[in-house]
Amino acid sequence: MAKITLSKLRHSYMPHPKSAEDYALKEIDLDWSDGGAYALLGPSGCGKSTLLNIISGLLQPSEGQILFDGTDVTALPPDQRNIAQVFQFPVIYDTMSVFDNLAFPLRNRGVPEAKVNDRVAEIAAMLEVTQMLDAKAAGLSPDNKQKISMGRGLVRDDVNVVMFDEPLTVIDPHLKWKLRSKLKELHQRVKATMIYVTHDQTEALTFADQVVVMQDGEVVQIGTPVALFERPEHTFVGHFIGSPGMNVLPAELRDGGAFLQGHNVLLEGAITGGEGTPQIGIRPEFVSLGETGLPATVRKVSDIGRHNVVEAMIGEVSVKAVTEGVPPAPGSNVHLNFRQDQTRLYRDGWLATTGEKT
Amino acid sequence: MKTENQKAWFFVAPVLVLVAFNALIPMMTVVNYSVQETFGNNVFFWEGLRWFEELLASERFHAALGRQFLFTGIILAIEIPLGIVIALAMPRKGPWVPVCLVLMALPMLIPWNVVGAMWNIFALPDIGLLGYLMNTTLGIDYDMTQSPFAAWATIITMDVWHWTSLVVLLSYAGLVSIPDAYYQAAKIDGASPFKVFRYIQLPKMKQVLTIAILLRFMDSFNIYTEPFVLTGGGPGNATTLLSIDLVKIALGQFDLGPAAAMSLIYFAITLLVSWLFYTLMTKDDAK
Repeated sequence: MAKITLSKLRHSYMPHPKSAEDYALKEIDLDWSDGGAYALLGPSGCGKSTLLNIISGLLQPSEGQILFDGTDVTALPPDQRNIAQVFQFPVIYDTMSVFDNLAFPLRNRGVPEAKVNDRVAEIAAMLEVTQMLDAKAAGLSPDNKQKISMGRGLVRDDVNVVMFDEPLTVIDPHLKWKLRSKLKELHQRVKATMIYVTHDQTEALTFADQVVVMQDGEVVQIGTPVALFERPEHTFVGHFIGSPGMNVLPAELRDGGAFLQGHNVLLEGAITGGEGTPQIGIRPEFVSLGETGLPATVRKVSDIGRHNVVEAMIGEVSVKAVTEGVPPAPGSNVHLNFRQDQTRLYRDGWLATTGEKT
Repeated sequence: MKTENQKAWFFVAPVLVLVAFNALIPMMTVVNYSVQETFGNNVFFWEGLRWFEELLASERFHAALGRQFLFTGIILAIEIPLGIVIALAMPRKGPWVPVCLVLMALPMLIPWNVVGAMWNIFALPDIGLLGYLMNTTLGIDYDMTQSPFAAWATIITMDVWHWTSLVVLLSYAGLVSIPDAYYQAAKIDGASPFKVFRYIQLPKMKQVLTIAILLRFMDSFNIYTEPFVLTGGGPGNATTLLSIDLVKIALGQFDLGPAAAMSLIYFAITLLVSWLFYTLMTKDDAK
């Protein structure tokens, strides 16, 4: 187990990248501490799988270094990095039994058979596959196959990091939840550094202590699930995490305050200096309907189960609010209130208010 | 309530008619010949199972059958491993893929009698490229019209040249269908190249290899044109394979009855071996 440092990492799939757009990864500097549970979250094509393959050594970065506990491993092939990876589709060795599948990474490294037996038994018990050990792996259901793939990753006790590349893609929804909590439990038991790549926010937020959100080959925010939800540092994070995502509204700055369609909006704190297109960000959960406030017209109401999402127009701008109780009828006039400590200003997408009140 | 009617026959009938004309009726003619004796003029005498009994006891048939199994065994033992090795060595991506595929397909595009004629000329001791090279340049005594060993070596080399490509193309199709994740996982698991072959590539090629072996078995077991053109079954009877012997009996000696009986036994052997092999190979999958 090790601390992993990515230093000035860049990668391009083109032989001679010129502009920043040619890079699938644009300068990544990251520290993953020993024993942490991380999630790499981002939409498809944001570079998260590229980053994962670079850490595992399946891909050589165009520039930069990867350090395990301070040692440069950039040039080492995957088997010498002592890492484990679980892929999107379960990879199992069809002709082997479940036991042999789990023992495979150990036997390849010349681990004595007695220790192989112990480790396989231990991992099988953790994954609750002990009763299948003698079965042929080819006949298993997809979720059990994926469990075996995970088991092969976890069976070595000296791995630096275990990486999961969207491992629940092929699993039935009702089993996803089970496997996810199993993973969380495994992390607590084996104490290995784990990196979980996904585009599913629920998976990322339930699994990880720290979530790394990526967009277009860049890391936009690293934080706990709560921090990502409550104080997104970038409108992308606000929009990508949460359902529905954060309201991002065009704003105007004058007289030291922010205005939305001519109405003054109180922000959480002072506006920091700088340039860039200003936008107001507020989560629908913190917008409420009241007797006074910003006048708006209800355009649409969607029932999302326990709550309603009310979409209302302030002038030309549509704002979503999550409300409880009986929702207003479409077409009716309402007043919207923004909770001040959750209302922020963004410039060119990046957070531009301080948390302290002025 | 299920309604029962006979409409399904309309859907099955075209196939039945087709099969009747291209298989059942010709086959029954052969069955008809196999139990009778004829001296021409469309006059037939009933002989019962006599031809079958005589054939199964005949030295000549045993020898031809033995040669047939030997030939098929040798070419399978060469073509299957060689085909796999070539398929493994072929590039999976890049501009060379179509080049390799076309090169591989070329021998299979040549008509069978042309293949026989080509190799016949190629191997002629005094003017053929191979024959001249062996005899004059290398000083090895090589004449397939004189030496049974040379004749066998030539027909086997010819068949390997002609048909290894089929095994290559089928194996290659199996190989390219393996997702990259398998190779990546094997790398991370620390598997050696041999283990990658043994536990990933070979199992994933199993189905196409089953088909390849079946096709090569049936084709080589029924081979006629190429050895007929190349050696004509000689020297002596050294390369008289089953089908060559069959044609000698049927057309050379015009013994229609024995030839028909031989055809049926021949057919039964091909069918039996193919069925046994296929059943054994697919036994695990059915579970």
